[in-house]
Order: sequence, then structure tokens, then C-alpha cells
Amino acid sequence: MTVQVKIPTILRSYTGGEKSVPGDGTNLAALLDDLESRHSGLKGRLITEDGSLHRFVNVYVNDEDVRFTGSLDTALADGDSVTILPAVAGGSRESDIAGGSRESDIAGGSRESDIAGGSRESDIAGGSRESDIAGG
Amino acid sequence: MARFDSLLEAVGGTPLVGLPHLSPRWRPDADGPAVRLWAKLEDRNPTGSIKDRAALSMVAAAEAEGRLTPGCTILEPTSGNTGISLAMIAKLKGYGIVCVMPENTSEERRQLLEMFGARIIDSPAAGGSNQAVAVAKQLAAEHPDWVMLYQYGNEANARAHFDGTGPEILDDLPSITHFVAGLGTTGTLMGAGRFLREKVPGVQVVAAEPRYGDLVYGLRNIDEGFVPELYDDSVLTSRYSVTSYDALRRTRDLVEQEGIFAGISTGAILHAALGVAEKAVKAGERADIVFTVCDGGWKYLSTGAYTGSLQQAAQRLEGQLWA
Repeated sequence: MTVQVKIPTILRSYTGGEKSVPGDGTNLAALLDDLESRHSGLKGRLITEDGSLHRFVNVYVNDEDVRFTGSLDTALADGDSVTILPAVAGGSRESDIAGGSRESDIAGGSRESDIAGGSRESDIAGGSRESDIAGG
Repeated sequence: MARFDSLLEAVGGTPLVGLPHLSPRWRPDADGPAVRLWAKLEDRNPTGSIKDRAALSMVAAAEAEGRLTPGCTILEPTSGNTGISLAMIAKLKGYGIVCVMPENTSEERRQLLEMFGARIIDSPAAGGSNQAVAVAKQLAAEHPDWVMLYQYGNEANARAHFDGTGPEILDDLPSITHFVAGLGTTGTLMGAGRFLREKVPGVQVVAAEPRYGDLVYGLRNIDEGFVPELYDDSVLTSRYSVTSYDALRRTRDLVEQEGIFAGISTGAILHAALGVAEKAVKAGERADIVFTVCDGGWKYLSTGAYTGSLQQAAQRLEGQLWA
């Protein structure tokens, strides 16, 4: 059973630069264990010490937010698509585009730094641009 | 009812239409129960979007509270539709209107706002709608005589859907199992979602939100430090994140298979609705899935969303707010 996992730029250092990697597992927790066996360090960026999904990481199975489907217990089936996206910090995001100042991290508390870690690749800015769909 | 004393009374009462071609199983058969999709055509509102409901409700509430009186100027951060709705209402009721809008919204929205007599103040594209909200709040502080209705935190926004959209849907389709709408101000989902959850045991309330690419910034993203005051995630049972490509693809599916010419955000909502439908099919469960058509496609023609290949269209859409 194989699922395809989309990796955000910020985490591609763990996948040798690959945008998308195959994985295996009957649920999300098993998938992350499987990914960790080939991409050491990745799981630690997504899961907190107490074993739950990091608050500032969004994971979608077939575009559906796993927080509403059982989080790490979310079942996976052959051919599913898993997307990992960092949740971007609040505050000014011009600094993200510029890739320079870390002010937005400060403004948004520590919400991003946990996943973003040190590097500020531009894709974190492009990661989870979710927003108002209703055309506010 | 088809006769009204004024355009304002013609808000709401929109049709609910079935999608026999896009539904996985329109009639129950040997393979399983019906899994049907239904479109709530909110583009049939007077200015062509679902936002007429919230705008009218917020104006009525502000008038009742005495905040909005003859000669007042309304101020609102908007990516377009709410501004257009408010501008129409302001024109009919004799109010002034100032809209704060990200500079990277479609040209049609600008022209419509100007046509209805709104004054537009641009907010930086890079800041998206979050920045529009920030600019509007600053303007409100500088102009205490302007009345900001503030759709993101105004209970009258959600109430329009609790009192209108929700009951209309239930009247037309008592067998509803899922309600799918866009997550922006969150007014539609909170209002109609709460109503339906009160009336229909087990009903699912599903949010769809756009996943933009590298070029588009900002917006009212719940994960980006701005949570609309109206938002309560306990009302939702599921949330989908939809790429521009999938939103465009579904927008085209809708017009090609069902003849419904909708805006791009509706494509994103349909994508989530189809995800829900697929799960129902797999589970062998009956489903009557209602989703909102937020607006028609007219305002997005200049984005090139409907011409050329999907890839080309998606590329053209990079850097633009489509929802």
C-alpha cells in the first residue's frame, strides 16, 4: 500500500530535495514512522514530544485536514495523497517574501519557528496560504 | 414569491438545484444508496453573490442599534463581494461607502464598486485581506464618524445565514446530510452550520479554504494569526484545503457538466463537496450534500480562468486573490 506525500520546501532537506515522496502505512502515525526510516529527522519536525501532531503543522489526506478526521489515527488507503504544510506565523508577511527579517515569527509568537526551524526558505510563505474562500 | 417592493427585499430565497451529472450516484441502485450534490445558487442574489445576505443583515442591525443613521459613511475591508453588496445597499439607502481592498483583486470587482459609487482604498497586495483588515481598522480609528460593520466579527453576518440560508436549505431538502461552504469570514458556515446542526441530527458541516501558491500572500487565514471573531471550530466537522488548480478544475467541471457558470471559490467548495461525496460512496452511505455557489464567474473573466488549458489558467491565477 503506497501513498504519496507532498513535502513543503522547508522540510525538503530531509527528503534530498524531493517535493513528493512515497510512503507506507495504514494510518498517519504509521506513515510517519515509515517516512522516518528513510528520511531521518522528518518526524521530529511534525510530532511533538508527547506524540501528537505539532500545533503549527497542517496535514491533509486527500485535501482534508486530519485534525477533523482523527489526527494521527487517520486511516490511509492505497493511492491516497498526503500533504504536509507549515502553518505560517501571523503578523507582517512581507518579511517572509523578502526572506530576511524574522519579525513575523516574533509577531506570531513561536508558532512557526518550531517547524520552520532556522532556515527561511521562501516556500514556507507559499505553504499554507489558506484563506477566505467566500470572497470576503 | 417573485414580486418585491424593492431590490433589498429580493435578497435570499435562492434556488437549490441538483447536479445529476456531477453527483456520484444520483439515484440509488444495486451498487448503493444515492449520493447527491445540490448547489445553492447564491449568485442569484441582487448583486450576484452570497454577500448580499450578510451585508443587508449587518446594515439592518447597525440601523436598529442606532449606529448607522442617515448621511453616515460605511467603511469595510473586503476583497470585493461584500463591498459590492454594501455599495448597492448604501446607494439605495443614501449612505456613503468606503471599501478597503487588496490591490490584487480582479478588475471587475473594482469597476463594480466604482459603478455603485464606492470609494476604494487600496491595501498592499502582499498583505492580502489581513492587511485590508488592518488598514480598515486604522481608518476607523482616524475617522470616528465612519461606521465599520466589520464582517469578520459581526454577529449579524452569521445571523443572516442562521435565519436565511440554513432554513431555506432545510425547507428545500429535509434529507440534507452535509453542508459545504467557504471558510472566510466564517459567517456562512457558522450561521447555516449552527442552524442545521440544531435541526438535523448528525449533519456534517464542511469548510473549504483556498491553498494559494508562493505568489499570493496573506488573506484572512486562520493559521496565519488572524482568526475571524465569528469563527468557532466546534461548528465544523471537516475542513478541506484546495489548490488553485483544483478550484479551477472544478469550476470548469461545473459549467461543462451542469451548466453552472460560477466563480473560482465555488470550484474550491465543489472540490471539497466531491471529496465528501467520494467518502460517502466508499462507506456505502446515503448523502445529500448541499454546497454554496458563492458567486457567478463574471467577475473573474479577466483572470483568464475559463480560457486555455487548466495549467495555463492556473499559472495566470498565480498571484491573484481568487476568493
